[in-house]
Amino acid sequence: MSDKEKINEIAKERERWEKTTLPKWIGQSPERKSEFRNHSDTLIKRVYTPEDVKDLDYMRDLGFPGEYPFTRGVHATMHRGRLWTMRQFSGYGNTEQTNQRFKYLLKEGETGLSIAFDYPSIRGYDSDHPFSKGEVGICGVAVSSLKDMEVLFNGIPLEKVTTSMTINGPAAMLLAMYIAVGEKQGVPRDKLGGTTQNDVLKEFFAQKLIIFPPKPSLKLVTDIIEYCTKHVPRWNPISISGYHIREAGGNAVQELAFTLYDGITYVESCLERGMKVDEFAPRLSFFFAAHNDLFEEIAKFRAARRIWAKTMKERFHAKNPRSMWMRMHVQTAGFTLTAQQPLNNITRVTIQALAAIVAGTQSLHTNSFDEALALPSEQAVRIALRTQQIIAHESGVANTIDPLAGSYYVENLTNEMEKRTMEYFQKLDDMGGAMTAIEKGFFQKEIADNAYKYQKEVDEKRRILVGVNYYTTEEKQPIKVLRVDPKVEEGQVARLQKLRRERDNRKVNEMLEKLHYAAEKDENLMPIIIDAVKAYATIGEMCDVLRKIYGEYKELIVI
Amino acid sequence: MQNRKKIRVLIAKPGLDSHDRGAKIIARALRDAGMEVIYTGLKQTPEQIVETALQEDVDVIGLSILSGAHKTLFPIIIDLLKQKGLTDVLVVAGGIIPEEDIPGMKKLGIKEIFGPGTRTDKIVQFVFENVPKRT
Repeated sequence: MSDKEKINEIAKERERWEKTTLPKWIGQSPERKSEFRNHSDTLIKRVYTPEDVKDLDYMRDLGFPGEYPFTRGVHATMHRGRLWTMRQFSGYGNTEQTNQRFKYLLKEGETGLSIAFDYPSIRGYDSDHPFSKGEVGICGVAVSSLKDMEVLFNGIPLEKVTTSMTINGPAAMLLAMYIAVGEKQGVPRDKLGGTTQNDVLKEFFAQKLIIFPPKPSLKLVTDIIEYCTKHVPRWNPISISGYHIREAGGNAVQELAFTLYDGITYVESCLERGMKVDEFAPRLSFFFAAHNDLFEEIAKFRAARRIWAKTMKERFHAKNPRSMWMRMHVQTAGFTLTAQQPLNNITRVTIQALAAIVAGTQSLHTNSFDEALALPSEQAVRIALRTQQIIAHESGVANTIDPLAGSYYVENLTNEMEKRTMEYFQKLDDMGGAMTAIEKGFFQKEIADNAYKYQKEVDEKRRILVGVNYYTTEEKQPIKVLRVDPKVEEGQVARLQKLRRERDNRKVNEMLEKLHYAAEKDENLMPIIIDAVKAYATIGEMCDVLRKIYGEYKELIVI
Repeated sequence: MQNRKKIRVLIAKPGLDSHDRGAKIIARALRDAGMEVIYTGLKQTPEQIVETALQEDVDVIGLSILSGAHKTLFPIIIDLLKQKGLTDVLVVAGGIIPEEDIPGMKKLGIKEIFGPGTRTDKIVQFVFENVPKRT
């Protein structure tokens, strides 16, 4: 029997089943809902069969791990060789406190660092700026100058860890500080490993922590990619992020499509700069969210790898297989954490982590159960890390690669993800690209609409959230939340002002003038920023120079 | 002239945090309930928020903050409202505000704090029931 005949046979049998067996069961106990849908609104069938993957071609669509189109994973041994990096995003208070938290996490078995900066640092203000009032060290660690970064990495050898930095607008300055700390430790820049998020496009419609307008923002991103390609070869200069698109309200398809389309825009920007695709593309990395719908998420990650590989090969004619690799970091979705019955979040995080691991992530952050209430306590962050360790060592899921390949359901969902992503690509191409879409508020509107739809479903109890709109309880779960001491701000401001008095201000001014000049000339700013950082120029001072030249972004408000 | 039958609401994001998912959803829900809603956008200083409230002649101010800076910023906003004579405006807040901070915030004059997981219709209802009567 040919494949086609087999499929026809199955189709006939399914029809028979639907007419004979099924009605009896439905007659006795009707299904829970008239229709079942996942988060990206795909209608989910009762059961999937070979009919739903009839066009699947194993070698074309899946292949083997470590080979094109990389659907099954970017490495040939995946988690059998090396487990994913367990990388917990952390930072609060002053640099001493965060340095202690880093050391604690490394002691507990974390394998990579990830810095959360406070809002002033992220937005390019020093700790003593009027805008910084009440925000210093609250949502992340306060870093204004190299002095702070030196304390942050005190006793942590940079040749032994890799560090991810969630930083976008001032990414060049923080990377420069990391390079400078490395030099002081005797670690040359070509030995440094880590990641700068440095994905400004999603800032304009998702994370919205923006300093400069789109064009100069994209210029700075490209500067960093260009500089790292030449001088910091083990660094991931960018982490093209869907996480924030999802958190802001997008669904899984929107997360996938918008993120990968941002990726296309960065590739185009580097090509315009005169770089060759196979020089820089191998270092592009990605960052996604993992939500609760297990199979939808697994399909999303698998589709992401396949779409990116095809895009790099077909759209940009990459030759090096590494240029086609989608290496990803995943974070469990903060949005899904509930303030009600917070311990339930441990279960949510486990499901989400499982999705990322089964789908072959390279790196993972698991959220702590108390994060809908405050920054995570030490106990909560340890449980989050232990969740990864239990999945890694006790569940057995990391023993084989891409275990859900061949599942009629998962393969069908993976195809559906790809199809809908390609439809968005077409729409965005027709619109004139990501920059135009940002200016028109296209992404913003799509995300806001979906966020509102989701909330309505929850409000009307069409979507069940355990402990929130169902299974609620009056009982309070008193958990001890972490509070940042308000004295941190005072101490940080005092330290910064001491630095301003004691450093060589003549040299700082000279560097800032050079930065101004280089920005006007549209040169790559990385070299001068590294020099300025070493002279202890602050993030705020450097950003002020650039604000004068580039201006500041004015938010396009889309409700 | 404005139609005073419509309740005018300012949804404001003080401070540097950029989590606007909740603020935008509330803005839409209040609008769908027939109110006139002005949304400030992100990164608003207390001065900007109070100035907008004055200019727009609002009945209600909804402050949304998730950065933890509420203890610094809310008292400043309330003070400025008093200075400008906006004492009859209903002020509510939402976001991530630890339970132990809520009594202090209410003492300041913030009428209600809506935490994560609050249904939008509850907020709509609260506004209808507590908005100051105007002539």
